[in-house]
Amino acid sequence: MDIFLQQIINGLVQGSIYALVALGYTMVYGIMGLINFAHGEVVMIGTLVTITVAGSLLKAGMPVALAGLAGLIAAVLVCMALGWALERVAYRPLRNAPRLTPLITAIGMSIVLQNLAMMIWGRNYLTFPSLLPKVDFELAGANFTAIQIIIVLVSAATMGGLLLLVYRTKLGMAMRATAQNPAVASLMGVNINRVIAAAFVIGSALGAVAGVMVGTYYEIAHYQMGFMLGLKAFTAAVLGGIGNLAGAMLGGILLGIIEALGAGYIGDLTGGFLGSHYQDIFAFVVLIVVLMFKPSGLFGEKTGDRA
Amino acid sequence: MQAKRSVVALSVAAAFALSACGQKEEPKPVAASAPAAKPEVVVKLGHVAPMTGPQAHLGKDNENGAVLAVEELNARGMEIGGAKVKFELINEDDQADPKQGSIVAQKLVDAKVNGVIGHLNSGTTIPASKLYADAGIPQISGSATNPKYTQQGFATAFRVMANDVQQGKSLGEFAVKQGVKTVAIVDDRTAYGQGLADEFKKAAEASGLKVVATEYTNDKATDFKAILTKIKSTKAELVFFGGMDAQGGPMAKQMKELGIKAKFLGGDGICTPEFMKLGGPATEGQFCSLPGMPLEKLAKGPEFKERFTKKFGAEIQLYAPYVYDAVMVMADSMKRADSVDPAKFLPAVGKTKYDGVTAMIEFDALGDLKGGAISIYQYKGGKLEYVETLGGSSIESAKADIKADVKEAVADVKDAAKAVAGAATAVGKEAVGDVKDAAKAAAAAGKDAVKAGAAAVKDAADATKAAVEKK
Repeated sequence: MDIFLQQIINGLVQGSIYALVALGYTMVYGIMGLINFAHGEVVMIGTLVTITVAGSLLKAGMPVALAGLAGLIAAVLVCMALGWALERVAYRPLRNAPRLTPLITAIGMSIVLQNLAMMIWGRNYLTFPSLLPKVDFELAGANFTAIQIIIVLVSAATMGGLLLLVYRTKLGMAMRATAQNPAVASLMGVNINRVIAAAFVIGSALGAVAGVMVGTYYEIAHYQMGFMLGLKAFTAAVLGGIGNLAGAMLGGILLGIIEALGAGYIGDLTGGFLGSHYQDIFAFVVLIVVLMFKPSGLFGEKTGDRA
Repeated sequence: MQAKRSVVALSVAAAFALSACGQKEEPKPVAASAPAAKPEVVVKLGHVAPMTGPQAHLGKDNENGAVLAVEELNARGMEIGGAKVKFELINEDDQADPKQGSIVAQKLVDAKVNGVIGHLNSGTTIPASKLYADAGIPQISGSATNPKYTQQGFATAFRVMANDVQQGKSLGEFAVKQGVKTVAIVDDRTAYGQGLADEFKKAAEASGLKVVATEYTNDKATDFKAILTKIKSTKAELVFFGGMDAQGGPMAKQMKELGIKAKFLGGDGICTPEFMKLGGPATEGQFCSLPGMPLEKLAKGPEFKERFTKKFGAEIQLYAPYVYDAVMVMADSMKRADSVDPAKFLPAVGKTKYDGVTAMIEFDALGDLKGGAISIYQYKGGKLEYVETLGGSSIESAKADIKADVKEAVADVKDAAKAVAGAATAVGKEAVGDVKDAAKAAAAAGKDAVKAGAAAVKDAADATKAAVEKK
């Protein structure tokens, strides 16, 4: 039982990270129907900026909490600027192009950012400074740390904040209007360019937060760390219904838990025929089944309007 | 339209200029500038390692080893077949990906390289070796340890490092010595990790250890909590990891976070400074192995380390000395064959007897390093500490020991003789009366002593010779 609980905790934390990244994907998709494949790289840049800023401040003798906060703020600012620039340079000129074009551009931007990061931060793995005290808890034989709790809380709070933003503010209303029909929204006096830029900037800020969480959790970073993370988070967003905020959260956590249970039990369930390297099978089988019966994902709205 | 076209032309020109800038600015050999009027031959050596991706730091390390060797060779100025030889390194990036490995291998074959150094990973080396074999290009890897590489029957495949059969066996023996009874095995599903884990498993089971869990990850993963939780439930006393440092470090850390107290053991892939950096305090007390003897214990080791750090301002990560030796063996074979033509110098590679930085390099019929030793290390106080050398018996080190012993004995005898001579003269000075007798006696005594000493040295030498032959 303690092992099962431990696997659930493992999955919950991993899933919360997926969810945090997935929120960025789903936000941009919800508004303009674009899959921003460079989002994983934004997360990576958030982590690396924090390492540089917090690391050098720590070296200068600043207290840990202050250095960590400065690192987080720097990461958020840099990623917001990056998100804005991405939209302005890579996506806005293509807004009326066929849908495949911005998708390919997004993949291109992902590669550009990876290589840029490699040139700036080098090829080596970087160690993330320890920003949080190491506090271990034990619950019914399962071990977990303070940072794991923080990750789960942060991603839940972020999703709550986003929901408030989208459904309770003027900007949110403008976003929903743009998502429904950009042309009509602009006739109603919504500045579409500004709304879409805002979506990118907010999504990237979330990416930065996710980056700092990932960094604090694993304490390592690498210029290619965003790729796999982005892919998994994208899967989570699709699973939950891309474009839906609660769906991204649920999809992320579901994916994390399925993966953890898959890795933990697949060997025993198949009598050793399939090992833990087949853990992704579970996640993708679930994804395929969900998409077969509910093509728009678990929480997805009907897609008729969009395409 | 015109304007557009010229813009395109301009950008193409700019791209060319850029790529030209990117190339190494080595002075191209110009016949006129060579005063010695000797023809110059450019020998192209391909070097392949992952320069991007999670193992890029190891790839760079390998490349540095090769660059150092080539620069030293060029500075030394070799002559082969009557022509002055200039070595040129063509670096390729295989991203540690078997598919990419074959693509760049084909590229090197098309570029008609004279020899290939690499690849870094077994997974890329094995498929690439077929292409080199078909083209008859000698290939020496400094780090691919999967036994399959040399077992395919290719005449062109060599390695200057002990393979995983030797390594897995030594690690298995070592695990037994640690007094553990149950082990869990994790591998990263690469040719290297899987190969090493399989050999370890065989050795562990043969010596009575119980393998209670076999788990898998991949060479890009960062989260191992799920499989580690599973391992925790089996209460294994030792976790063996077949894989690289980028996964090993975080794995050790996550083991600690999950409260797993088992020992952590791995092969050469986690025997790097990077492993410690990534794993933090969780690496303390953990073990890993490296083929060969520790650099500090090798005659040319410390000096190589100094040259390397001076040149690159970086620590040696892992395989740089082996790659350095691989280049040197290639050059040495060309020299002995007096030809840079792969078809002509290939037979010479097999007959190599080269005193390298890492070992006395000789190949067996398959192209494996003869008598490769395996050393075990432990992470202690943020440092990699040498524990012991196992397996493959280290004849070379034994020989070196014997040489040192003999030298010492000779020195002793010399000292004794000197002392005797000194005593003799002193005696002679004091007793002026019977100078002759005393001197004679003293000289005789001295002679006897020296004779006895010499005899003893001879005996010792014979004994050591016998010992070496036995080994």
